[in-house]
Amino acid sequence: MCLASFDPRINRLAMRIGATVRYALAQYRQPRYPLAGILHIFLFVGFVILSLRSITLVFLGIIEGFTLPGLGGALGNVYMVVKDIAATIVLITCLIAMIRRGVFKPKRYDVPARYGKNHTTEAVFVLLLISGLMVSDALFEGSLVAYQFQSHLETEMVLPMTLKGMAAAVLAPNAASTLQAVHMAAYLSHELIFFFFLCFLPLGKHFHVITSFFNVFFMKLDKGTVKPVKWDVSEEQLDGLESFGVKKLEDFTWKHMLDFYSCADCGRCSDNCPANAVGRPLSPRFISIKCRDALFERYPLWSGAENEKTLMDGVLEDDEIWSCTTCGACEEECPLLIEYIDKIVDLRRGLVDEGRVPQSLQKPFSALEKRGNPYGKMEKKRSEWAKDLGYVKVLGKKASAQTLYFVDSITSFDDRIQEIARATARVLQGAGVDFGILGSAEMDSGHEVRRFGEEMLFLELRNRNTEAILESGVKKIVTADPHAFNALRHDYKGIPEVEHICQVLERKLVSGRLRLKKIEDPHVVYTYHDPCYLGRHNGIYEAPRRVLDAIPGIRRVEMERSKDRSFCCGGGGLMLFYEPIEETRMGKLRVEMAKKAGATVIITACPFCMVNIEDAIKTSGLEGKMKAMDLVELVLQQMDWGALPNSKPTAETHSEAKNGH
Amino acid sequence: MEILVCIKRVPDTSENEITVNKEGTDIEREDLVYSVNEWDNYAVEEAIRIRDKVGGTVTVVSLGSEETEEVIRREMAMGADKGIHLMDPALEGSDGRGIAVALKAEVKKGGYDLVLTGAQADDGAGQVGGMLAAMLQRPFAALVNHIEVTGADTLRIGREIAGGNQEFSEIRLPCVLSIQTGINEPRYVGIRGIRKVASVEIPIHGISDIAVPAETVGKTGARVKRIDYFTPQLGKGAEILEGSDEEIIDKLIEILKSKGRIK
Amino acid sequence: MAPMIAYILHKNGVIDDTALELKSAAEMLEPEAVPVAVVMGSKKDVEGVCQEAARSFATVWKIENEALSYPNAEVIRPLLSRILPKGSIVLMPHEHFSMDLAPGLSICQEAAYLPDAVGFEAREGQSLRAVREEFNGMVRTHVACDLTQGAVITLRPGAFTPNERKDKSGQIIDKTPEAFQEGAPTLQRRFIELVEAEAGDVDITKSEVLVSVGRGIEEQENLEIIHELGKVMGADVSCSRPIVDAKWMEKSRQVGTSGKTVKPKVYLALGISGSFQHLGGIKGSPFMVAVNKNPKAPIFHVADVGVVADILDFVPKLSEKIGEAVK
Repeated sequence: MCLASFDPRINRLAMRIGATVRYALAQYRQPRYPLAGILHIFLFVGFVILSLRSITLVFLGIIEGFTLPGLGGALGNVYMVVKDIAATIVLITCLIAMIRRGVFKPKRYDVPARYGKNHTTEAVFVLLLISGLMVSDALFEGSLVAYQFQSHLETEMVLPMTLKGMAAAVLAPNAASTLQAVHMAAYLSHELIFFFFLCFLPLGKHFHVITSFFNVFFMKLDKGTVKPVKWDVSEEQLDGLESFGVKKLEDFTWKHMLDFYSCADCGRCSDNCPANAVGRPLSPRFISIKCRDALFERYPLWSGAENEKTLMDGVLEDDEIWSCTTCGACEEECPLLIEYIDKIVDLRRGLVDEGRVPQSLQKPFSALEKRGNPYGKMEKKRSEWAKDLGYVKVLGKKASAQTLYFVDSITSFDDRIQEIARATARVLQGAGVDFGILGSAEMDSGHEVRRFGEEMLFLELRNRNTEAILESGVKKIVTADPHAFNALRHDYKGIPEVEHICQVLERKLVSGRLRLKKIEDPHVVYTYHDPCYLGRHNGIYEAPRRVLDAIPGIRRVEMERSKDRSFCCGGGGLMLFYEPIEETRMGKLRVEMAKKAGATVIITACPFCMVNIEDAIKTSGLEGKMKAMDLVELVLQQMDWGALPNSKPTAETHSEAKNGH
Repeated sequence: MEILVCIKRVPDTSENEITVNKEGTDIEREDLVYSVNEWDNYAVEEAIRIRDKVGGTVTVVSLGSEETEEVIRREMAMGADKGIHLMDPALEGSDGRGIAVALKAEVKKGGYDLVLTGAQADDGAGQVGGMLAAMLQRPFAALVNHIEVTGADTLRIGREIAGGNQEFSEIRLPCVLSIQTGINEPRYVGIRGIRKVASVEIPIHGISDIAVPAETVGKTGARVKRIDYFTPQLGKGAEILEGSDEEIIDKLIEILKSKGRIK
Repeated sequence: MAPMIAYILHKNGVIDDTALELKSAAEMLEPEAVPVAVVMGSKKDVEGVCQEAARSFATVWKIENEALSYPNAEVIRPLLSRILPKGSIVLMPHEHFSMDLAPGLSICQEAAYLPDAVGFEAREGQSLRAVREEFNGMVRTHVACDLTQGAVITLRPGAFTPNERKDKSGQIIDKTPEAFQEGAPTLQRRFIELVEAEAGDVDITKSEVLVSVGRGIEEQENLEIIHELGKVMGADVSCSRPIVDAKWMEKSRQVGTSGKTVKPKVYLALGISGSFQHLGGIKGSPFMVAVNKNPKAPIFHVADVGVVADILDFVPKLSEKIGEAVK
């Protein structure tokens, strides 16, 4: 880690401390998997409580009657009882866990053949070690208690149902000398196991016991962002860099290496990874495990650094890295707050720097460079979707507006998605928003360009868009594309505030400016699919739901995976061009989920989700039985035009816009 | 091995509609974007791979006006070691033969073991490679989709022939090969790569630098000259079925039945 | 008057159809001339071809030698240079072999080179006004070719109507001795072997009805709808080159000049734009139905019936209806 790249993590301490309390101490993410979560919480709490005991025991061997400062008197007695209860619970937990791992073998721990051998042995072994610690401590104390009892000496409080109590009861009939032998043997066993465990810990997944606290403390605080190429290199200095991205292990930042060491191999990330679910060669868990193993190979504890296989040709595969849709499900799930997206982006930067880009992605990159959109269509056709809509202004010398509707590429050029553009414009007009579009001055937001590793092209696009936005003089930006939304909000700097259309709609509905008609067909069942870049990355889950629920008479159900557990539709932006190796499609699985929930219409708020879901409906043969609509399209359909004031922006609505409505 | 790859800057036709301009003298070039000819790009990638295997240098050469420089630079960003820009007013209006004359002089000046061209370019002629070889009196092969260096002066090559079959031959060096698409998967060249070679010098050669008489090239030397461009007036064409999808499908089924194709 | 030479292609002793197209083109260029058919190959192949050629050409030059048992352009070119008079106009079809032979031949002959001509319009003295295509057929140009020192002209297969009249009894002249007077040409390129494209599970060259798919299918997954249509129609499925390049279908299913040549009775071109490389693989004028969402697609010029629609919408509906009709 000393050789690794710079990563500024000692900052914003208040937030970090808060996060550590929440995720490390309060184990906030654990209960997402109920059984494993409870088991782990017990183990964790037990560990924290018993760590004091373990330390005490070490010193007891040297100093008789040693107690830790503060635990001498009454508090110490209370502690002894508490720790007995804790030890008992920990042992029971270990037994349950061992059975669960060894006998029931839950699927998410499976190790596919190409990644090597099963990890169950290691898991059960450690559980045995912990059990051993519990049992040996119980015997150590139990033997003392039994002796004290025999000798009618004062004993400390012993609860009969605890391990210590049981041990005492079992050992009771023995002679003093036996008890002494047991006492010594138990002590030595405990210390042996304890010190062995301490040395064993860093060698595998249980290193997380030590590193987890730090890993959480140093977590990534800014969701939805992508790390710069190098934290200590400014944008202007980028041209001078020899190499971009991660090409070898040492190129990772120290925090990312800490992530590798901290991975507890729990598999929750891969269990939620949509790419993994459809059979793509991506399993986030194994990226961590393989890199961790590679780090150990290169920097073993005993011998010197060795030159093992290279990162991209030996440890990881190209398709593994290109398969990721950056949906963020892995990061959302990981109890240790391990980061994946930044690593994937860094690895992609390395591949792009070497020219190792799949042919299917080279064409859109080239088109983006030449035409500002991945389709290679002519710039002047970017606002053709609006040519018959008189109320859509193209901002420039002749027109200005308060709000910019940032359309982005797919919505501008795709025949089907242009309908969403028209619906959005119509709804904005109906809602009294004074808006305009950039027209041919708009370029692709570059959101995927950056996340697919072409940083310099992204910066070009960003700079040109920023210039156009600032020149237009708008005070606010609204978009119906969550990828553009995320880019403008997190990747761009110095531009006006950005909102997603659902936030604008929610506000307008709450203020009564917009009203929606009752649903006509009572048989239609709606469900909302959370787009990754609206939901997980930006935390916007409720606004679109409130918009939908504002439609009188709407029947809405939730799919089994919703909100922060939403299942990625297949990916957006450049992912639509990539040709993955997969067994089925994410969109198809998602449509299945909608069907299972009893829905007949899937509502989404992202053009890429629309493309993927509509495609999946077709190829699943559900045409006619299921359909997809964009949130804006449904709102437009249900708009109560009669209830609106004059649709031209009035003074009232103008001040709404000024005051940030 | 010293390799020379001849490249051309052409309009990007993927999404662009190529139309004839109002006067009929050329295609409509406003709003067009340009890039290196796709076949030539495959050739440069192949040259780079050969060099990485057996050593030597890769030089790219292109004949054209100022803008041509950008494609030379891009191929150098890809990995070519040197670039040469052939530019001279006397070369304007050259037909394929004229271009081959200029390139022949360039080859003679630089002395290359292997000369590669793309199998064809935007005008679909596919002529320069073969002409160049004959002028240099070197062996030639067109539509090459496989190259293996098998000896100090031999190559094993595969050619694409009719029916999707592949013809394998052994060819002696020095030689000229025209490269077919699909021979390899060209690497990606990003903005960063191009910036890295932004200040590398690309020498410009005029006809005097390569000792080519003006009357053998350019408009004077051309034996095939373009008169005009026009949009083809094609025949009757298909009978387009109208109506709703339902109606069209019914009509179509009727037609197919009448052809005895559906029982 | 320039000598008119038609280079005849043949395979396995069978003359190629294009020979008759060369004849018409020659007659258009020099109505007064007697075009000469040149046939080169091994003894076994050449006999039958010369006999056949003699029915259309008054003069046939035969060059037979074992060195020519496989058509190697690097051997044929120097031999031709020895026997062709300077100033000749040499015609051949534009395809894989001529792309190898012809450009160099024009230099050896010090003649002009006019590749892939799709039509001749007029002859003004020594200037030939011809038509060529550029940008993959999106536009056409008129070119003026200077015939003063002769020319080598390659013709787009199928662009010139073949002259079917076979009423001649041409004279077959053995030009072998003249060609090989100086011995066999130095071998700079030696033929090793031919590797045939993998035989797939279906031989589309024998299919009567083909359902063919192109780029309009957009994604590999969508191919299901094409296979479904093939099933209900009892037709085989074929495709254009981009589908094979993307590895969505085997090469054995590719229709085109660099793929298979097919002769179906009915051909459905779905989401295929209609480039000449693709159409070049379709022989025998089948009844063609084209479905494409671009009304300007070149395929509509050659199809008999056209539907302007997105195949992703249209084809499933078509399959369904045909399925019902068949029951």
